Amino acid sequence: MGTACKQIIADVLTETAPKDKDLVVLCSDSRGSGNMAPFYEKFPEQAIEVGIAEQDLVGISAGLASCGKHPYAISPASFLSTRSIEQIKVDVCYSKTNVKLIGISGGVSYGALGMSHHACQDIAMVSAIPNIRVYIPSDQYLTRFMMEELVKDNEAAYVRVSRNATEDVYTPETKFEFNKAVTVKEGTDVTIIAVGEFVSRAKKAAELLAEKGISCRVLDMYCVKPIDKEAVIKAAEETKHIVTVEEHSIIGGLGSMVSTITAENAPCKVKVLGLPDAELICGTQEEIFDHEGLTPEGIASAAESLL
Amino acid sequence: MDKKQLKAKANELRCDALEAIYRAQTGHIGGDFSVIDILTCLYNGVMNVSPEQVDDPDRDRFVLSKGHSVEAFYAVLADRGFFPMEEYINTFSQCGSKFIGHPNNELPGIEMNTGSLGHGLPVGVGMALAAKLDKRDYRVYVVIGDGELAEGSNWEAFQSAVHYGLDNLIAIVDRNGLQISGSTEDVMASGDVAAKLRVFGWDAIDVEDGNDMGQLLEAFEHCKERNGKPHAIIAHTVKGSGVSFIENKASWHHHVPNEEQYHAALKELKGQVE
Repeated sequence: MGTACKQIIADVLTETAPKDKDLVVLCSDSRGSGNMAPFYEKFPEQAIEVGIAEQDLVGISAGLASCGKHPYAISPASFLSTRSIEQIKVDVCYSKTNVKLIGISGGVSYGALGMSHHACQDIAMVSAIPNIRVYIPSDQYLTRFMMEELVKDNEAAYVRVSRNATEDVYTPETKFEFNKAVTVKEGTDVTIIAVGEFVSRAKKAAELLAEKGISCRVLDMYCVKPIDKEAVIKAAEETKHIVTVEEHSIIGGLGSMVSTITAENAPCKVKVLGLPDAELICGTQEEIFDHEGLTPEGIASAAESLL
Repeated sequence: MDKKQLKAKANELRCDALEAIYRAQTGHIGGDFSVIDILTCLYNGVMNVSPEQVDDPDRDRFVLSKGHSVEAFYAVLADRGFFPMEEYINTFSQCGSKFIGHPNNELPGIEMNTGSLGHGLPVGVGMALAAKLDKRDYRVYVVIGDGELAEGSNWEAFQSAVHYGLDNLIAIVDRNGLQISGSTEDVMASGDVAAKLRVFGWDAIDVEDGNDMGQLLEAFEHCKERNGKPHAIIAHTVKGSGVSFIENKASWHHHVPNEEQYHAALKELKGQVE
């Protein structure tokens, strides 16, 4: 098993804070779950606690950003993306403030805690607002690359990561391009486009397909917005079949975005895998994925059924 | 500017806002006229702001949380030279205009976009915190409507401002007692706002006549004290202040005057300017 992406975010912020005195971290009683408690100890002058008040969290972050600070608002994705969605829309996106929103424990990380704690609509909601980028990194190496890019720029972004450690997909040597899909594996018969937790599962699905003589490409679309449109069109044209898989409602997420691109530019068969438009069963993240058939076998089977 | 000059200025600016609303056939005249004395006072006698220092890190910050009173805000900013008054009046709410029906921070002098209520104070807390972190002396002024106090986000910020001892933050409540559906006390009673805020830990004062420049100047002077507490001014204003037939009527929240009413309002306001 690899490392939790949220730990890498904490690491990059901890490394950047001494160099960027304008960097400030804000939590909503979430420093523990965000792995930020050591940051609060080490940089009290750059750490703000707002209490359990997500609207205030984002509003205060926007006010700080408007005065030249570089705020990182770190809070569970479920609350950050819904309780404060209007602050994201008005105070961050509309007012064009450089706020980085870090949604931790995204998707069904808090599986057994119920729908209140699931963030399965966040990508649809945040992506539909102009002036903000949306990222779902898949492993520690990509998270580090993405964060090192984000700490350098001055525009808003929403980053969603899982609670748990995610399996390594890459190595320390892997070269990434910012806002470009990562080709995890080349292939010619079908493409699986995945984000976050599902990139490693997609890679395994591709291996299962290879055993059956099916050549499967795997793309890691960590940059959900701006999505790498060229990579999607290329996959549609070259492999003719696309499966998308994400830890999100099948409405309005990666699958919807990919489908729009293919429909308009390179029509091909697309299968959208994700969480159903329904209440989910009680269980761990893994158990919910299994229940929904979102296993390497399930993904491989969906890909095969397109051919 | 003394208090008489400030009042004359506010009445001149009421004429400009009226003109913009009448031409565009849209606007929120009731709240504009209750808050315009507060804005005129802030921009001409209190705040350290000017068109020459829109990016000065030491400038005072202002957020109009009751963004629908933008017609008054644009008039006050135009008068201070942030942009031409004529451009505002001629293009307000027109297709492609920068003069949108709520504050637009692509215009010089406007810090943040507002419109959805309950957003200004949390943002103001962030700005005041930034001043503290950067050890700068500027102050942050946020104007809130009284109907807007029903938004819970205000109360999150009323707490956090005290938690961080933001004595560089001044919240002004435009307490005109009316909102779109009627009396604030009937719609959702705010009661004694100053008393509530004092319990929260704010230095809160009532201004008996929030359309009186002398009383406003005195209140703003009081709020310059750095006593570890955020400051609140509950300005008891008259909705539609300055035009007798608009005053104190909830129906004028966003009613647009017809030709006869426009001329009658202008005549009454011009009499006050002179």
